[in-house]
Amino acid sequence: MTDWPGVRLHVVTGKGGTGKSTVAAALALALASHGKNVLLCEVEGRQGIARMFDVDPLPYAERRIATGLSHHGGAPGNVYALHIDAEAALLEYLAMYYKLGRAGKALDRFGVVEFATTIAPGVRDVLLTGKVFEAVQRNSRNRGAMQYDAVVLDAPPTGRITQFLNVSEQVAGLAKMGPIKTQADTMMTLFRSPRTTVHLVTLLEEMPVQETADAIGELRSARLPVGGVVVNLVRPRDLSDVDLAAAREGRLEADRIEKDLAAAGVEVDEPLVAGLIAEAADHAERRTLEDSQREVVAALGVPTYELPRLAGGVDLGGLYELAGMLKEQGLG
Amino acid sequence: MSTAKPRVGPLATPRSTPAPRLDVDALIDDPATGIIVCCGSGGVGKTTTSAALALRAAERGRKVVVLTIDPARRLAQSMGIGQLDNVPRPVPGAGGGRGSLHAMMLDMKRTFDEVVESQASPEKAKQILENPFYIALSSSFAGTQEYMAMEKLGQLHRDAVERARHDPEGEGAFDLIVVDTPPSRSALDFLDAPERLSSFLDGRFIRLLLTPARGPAKLMSAGFSVITNTLSKVLGGQFLRDMQTFVAALDTVFGGFRQRAQQTYALLQARGTAFLVVAAPEPDALREAAYFVERLSGDQMPLAGLIVNRASPSPQGSGLSAEGALAAAERLRRDDPESVTAGLLRLHADRARLVAREAQLRDRFAAAHPGVATAVVPALAGDVHDLDGLRRIGALLAGEASA
Repeated sequence: MTDWPGVRLHVVTGKGGTGKSTVAAALALALASHGKNVLLCEVEGRQGIARMFDVDPLPYAERRIATGLSHHGGAPGNVYALHIDAEAALLEYLAMYYKLGRAGKALDRFGVVEFATTIAPGVRDVLLTGKVFEAVQRNSRNRGAMQYDAVVLDAPPTGRITQFLNVSEQVAGLAKMGPIKTQADTMMTLFRSPRTTVHLVTLLEEMPVQETADAIGELRSARLPVGGVVVNLVRPRDLSDVDLAAAREGRLEADRIEKDLAAAGVEVDEPLVAGLIAEAADHAERRTLEDSQREVVAALGVPTYELPRLAGGVDLGGLYELAGMLKEQGLG
Repeated sequence: MSTAKPRVGPLATPRSTPAPRLDVDALIDDPATGIIVCCGSGGVGKTTTSAALALRAAERGRKVVVLTIDPARRLAQSMGIGQLDNVPRPVPGAGGGRGSLHAMMLDMKRTFDEVVESQASPEKAKQILENPFYIALSSSFAGTQEYMAMEKLGQLHRDAVERARHDPEGEGAFDLIVVDTPPSRSALDFLDAPERLSSFLDGRFIRLLLTPARGPAKLMSAGFSVITNTLSKVLGGQFLRDMQTFVAALDTVFGGFRQRAQQTYALLQARGTAFLVVAAPEPDALREAAYFVERLSGDQMPLAGLIVNRASPSPQGSGLSAEGALAAAERLRRDDPESVTAGLLRLHADRARLVAREAQLRDRFAAAHPGVATAVVPALAGDVHDLDGLRRIGALLAGEASA
């Protein structure tokens, strides 16, 4: 059972280096089980989706890129991907709403499109979110377009997420009335509704946890819906709490370890035993820090999910593995 | 059916030459090094690296100012820069001998305002500063932060050179500026910022917007009226009027803007500047780093080396392989599912695998970018929140194993 029934738009954000794109991709796979079709969008021009799914660079068009997660024997659905580019979104928008044939081309020729998308403040974000909005809330203007059961947005980092989604605010200083303003307000209605949620990816380290807490505060004061916190890259738990404490306090018994190693057929020498004990102590110290950050995350009062660090890195198979874990924990 | 041809394959896996070691102390001790720019993608520890380098340089006798963009609160507090005030502040407890450390945080809007004020008449400046388009541009345009970081660097450098000439021992006579670049959407934005600003102001659209303000309306081409009509329809007429006023006002200060942007760009290329690319041992971060290295050499920017942060600590004192450790752990668990030794072996295997993967990523980088001097900094268990923490990082950067 999913913790997020009724959510159509899952926005995934996180501090740089926390793996937000990986989590967004795994979430899209998890949501695309049981015949559901999911659109995964990226807006930062990185072509990260193409790399993760090992496909050609994505154009500004929706492409099927993967089969969803098989879960409890249900037939999987499909994951589609869209690389949203602000310039293409602007031209598409103008064509869709203003039937600009010649004028659209003129805008392009005079550099207005480039001007608007790279220079005019906020316009870029509004165009990107506008396309996401369109994908969630398809209307008759985009005939024959695919209807998705869910849209996952690999969004800008935590520090920028509230500004990015707060489109009404972004255009407020520039367009006090007129169609852009109306459009922004309509988008805002969706973003603030229970059909949208913003998930935050973090690591169990001080800085990302602090940024996550700050972002939750900002999202709430902008009345944007906060979803779950996904704790990523969690260290393996190969030691029990008792053994961890022993490792931390230097109470692991070298003799016993040496005997065990010999019994298991490992060629034992003193540096090996000392090395293993030192590694365990280091691990225990990091685990203690993780646990204290885990408490901070728990105190945020939002549902949390955990994903392990895969020692070999995340390849396509790894994405499905992570998707399965998200599904089991109820995020997908 | 197989043919008689001999099997052809790679002759032998060519042993890639390891990257030369980056000698951080030699770099910061060299009096010719006047500017160090740390760049890289978000979340790789750029700010901490900049601060640690600056502290180490100060304690080795340099007069250092570190320009940071958006430090984590506790790191800022540890350096005694609690508030955003755009002015270098002395860091208490840092420095040694004749060395000193100042730190400052960039206030993007204030820097922009100062540039406008320095370039335009008071009346014109007021007109620009109050324009809604300017207000939005100066505080939220995606490239403004990058551009202003470069602007501030140029200012600091001009000031430092000036002061050093009059009173080399006086306050503000810096001989080393360490810059932490903003976490950009694209890590290269700050190099492009001066150029982008210039091309923006030179753009055809801007020229057209300026035309009606300058000459008779009949100069407006038919194409342009299509555009203004469209923009009015989409954005509302007020938007267009504000933009026109803004562009016209900015045009008068534009020459100065562009000149400064070009000066800063030239300063970055000059001898005395050193770029350090900061990365983490992850495919994405190293890909961005590779991008950076190529771009810097393409722009003839002086690259000093690569810093790989957050490396997993090497397995200690043993050559036991990951596979060997896992197999042994398996055997022990069969007899005793709770075996501590099995847990230790599994941890060892995990660490060995991570280290192997990171080494492979670095080797690939070195193979593609031979000759880029590299420093590898092992991950500390905890976060850094004080000068001692920064000292430890500095020592690790310099390759002092005992740190």
